[in-house]
Amino acid sequence: MSKKILPLVLGAAMGVAASTAASATTLEDVKAKGFIQCGVSQGLPGFSNPDAQGNWTGLDVDLCRAMAAAVFGDASAVKFTPLSAKERFTALQSGEVDVLSRNTTWTMSRDTQLGLNFAGVNYYDGQGFMVRKDLGVTSALELSGASVCTNTGTTTELNVADYFRANNMPYEIVAFEKADEVVAAYDAGRCDVYTTDASGLYAQRLKLTNPGDHMVLPEIISKEPLGPVVRQGDDEWFNIAKWTLNAMINAEELGVTSENVDEMKSSDNPSIKRMLGVEGAFGESIGLSNDWAYNVLKNVGNYEETFNANVGPDTPLGISRGVNALWSNGGFLYAPPIR
Amino acid sequence: MSVMEQDSAGAPARASLMNDPKVRGYFYQVLLVVLLLTFGYIIVTNTVANLERQNIASGWGFLGNTAGFGIIQSLASYSETSSYGQAIFVGFLNTLLVAVVGIFCATIVGFVVGIARLSNNWVISRLAYCYVELIRNVPLLLQIFFWYFAVLRAVPGKREKWSLFDTFHLNIAGLRGPKPIWEPGAEFIGYALIIAIIATVAVSRWARKRQEETGQQFPMFWTAVGLIVGLPVITYFITGMPMQLEHPNFVETGPRLRQGFELGVGMNLIPEFLALTAALAIYTAAFIAEIVRAGIQAVSHGQTEAAHALGIRQGPTLRLVIIPQAMRVIIPPLTSQYLNLTKNSSLAVAIAFPDLVSVGGTVLNQTGQAIEIIGIWMAVYLSLSLLTSAFMNWYNQRMALVER
Repeated sequence: MSKKILPLVLGAAMGVAASTAASATTLEDVKAKGFIQCGVSQGLPGFSNPDAQGNWTGLDVDLCRAMAAAVFGDASAVKFTPLSAKERFTALQSGEVDVLSRNTTWTMSRDTQLGLNFAGVNYYDGQGFMVRKDLGVTSALELSGASVCTNTGTTTELNVADYFRANNMPYEIVAFEKADEVVAAYDAGRCDVYTTDASGLYAQRLKLTNPGDHMVLPEIISKEPLGPVVRQGDDEWFNIAKWTLNAMINAEELGVTSENVDEMKSSDNPSIKRMLGVEGAFGESIGLSNDWAYNVLKNVGNYEETFNANVGPDTPLGISRGVNALWSNGGFLYAPPIR
Repeated sequence: MSVMEQDSAGAPARASLMNDPKVRGYFYQVLLVVLLLTFGYIIVTNTVANLERQNIASGWGFLGNTAGFGIIQSLASYSETSSYGQAIFVGFLNTLLVAVVGIFCATIVGFVVGIARLSNNWVISRLAYCYVELIRNVPLLLQIFFWYFAVLRAVPGKREKWSLFDTFHLNIAGLRGPKPIWEPGAEFIGYALIIAIIATVAVSRWARKRQEETGQQFPMFWTAVGLIVGLPVITYFITGMPMQLEHPNFVETGPRLRQGFELGVGMNLIPEFLALTAALAIYTAAFIAEIVRAGIQAVSHGQTEAAHALGIRQGPTLRLVIIPQAMRVIIPPLTSQYLNLTKNSSLAVAIAFPDLVSVGGTVLNQTGQAIEIIGIWMAVYLSLSLLTSAFMNWYNQRMALVER
């Protein structure tokens, strides 16, 4: 008899194992494992890029570190998963990563059809074109007949098709899986034009043999609001991602930095008091401790600090704030108040 | 022991059903099938439930939506306004193209190298040996990168060219040549080709029958060449030359961006296609060469000696005695190499050749329909492989030893 029972028991056990889907919330999962798994790019200087020691740095990386600081009070409680443009949404949907902070454009189809939520915008970008200076081209409208190198599976591939079609210009698209191969092919002269988000163009130009021989054309042909993405249906985790970013932007507006955050705790400004958890219980309302924003600012810094450290004018990328300045300075950054 | 005793005693009638080996065998087989089906059912329902829970859209409706992206090379009509389904079909045709051209080239190179390895000429056999050992011990992906990135840098840039007979031009944007433009009446050339092929088959059957009956030989090879080449050429002139060649247009003046070959004029083999096909063909040819060598060596040397004793020269011995027997050993492993080449063509994604995986990946990313796209990929490669196997099995049966 025992011979017959064994397979049945095994089968039943398998069935039970397969049908118990993970039902814990992302925050519980993250707390249980002790770190946040963060999906980043495979190497985009200024946004998410590993240095020689394998430490990840960049604007997108800092957002993940800030979330880790908000949850654990420790900005190093985060592990990074480099993802190609093609893999990124599947990795998030399947739970392989907890948050995707990978220069990902917020579009309606991604927001509504993929079971994902965009938690805000941490960089307002737009698609641009880079060409060799010796082509003598000064405008993207002169690119008729060009061959264009880009990444597969990105909004850039669609935008470039729209742009050339709208302006009735023939073109040839060469689409690679990885950014490094796009750069290599463009550098070898396979294409006349390299197109991606303008921030990416500045970053990738550093990898070319002679960066000085190339120029970025003035046209920006698309809106590319880049931001962190989480799974749909877990509002608690969505709130944490959203308000971590908002706290960093609000802190810049209120003049709270990683250096003065301790003094600011005794500030008379009620907005600062609420943000740093001296007044109210805003941390508890998103399932965290009340000093969540204090931890973010102490460990990572406000938006201005991460921007300047990673992509700002003093870095090799040399990107000015432009539209990514605060609303009060003529930019787009506008975070809802913490109250 | 006890079973044997029972059998020898010849009294199995009273044995309980549980101890009947046949019944037990059926029981475990049915149990296995039921378990497998249950497992499959659980996976499918679990996936569907999870997709619904995560609000991920599913279904095949997306295939009709507008794709919106461009594809550099398409054998079927395709533009940015075509549907996702059409885009995937274009990718499928590109995969098929690489597979067919790759298999054709790999077979020729493989047979030549395999036979060269057995050559009595020391230099030739060593060269073939080096080729095989070098190529099959370097990963295929590296070879693809080598052909694409290393060789690509050695050819002239977009605004220069290397020309052969002023007809074929090579530069970093690809290999260009004249494109045939068919005019009304050209379909007769196609009909002529079909008639020529049918006639060749008929004549070859007749010639074989005659040789078996009378021993008289017929110059079959030259007849076939004459029919297959001659008949379409004659038709071409009779129908008033309904074909023109469109030569690529190389622009040397004007703005620098417009210099070089004009887009869409003449025929262009893109460098991605050239690199991928070359890498696949050369890589697979190394394995085919080994298979061919092994197959030839499997034919006993006595066969060669017997043929020589009959006064048959070296060439015909190889062609008429050795290779037909070697084919029986060669075909089964050759089939796996063809399947490998077809499946390896999915590495195209690394160098921007728009094959099924590359285009499918783009569609996947635009629509997020991961399960459906991966389903399409698997179904297509599975059917391609099964078709190839079916064809090769049929060919193998034809070549098999006919016992009389």
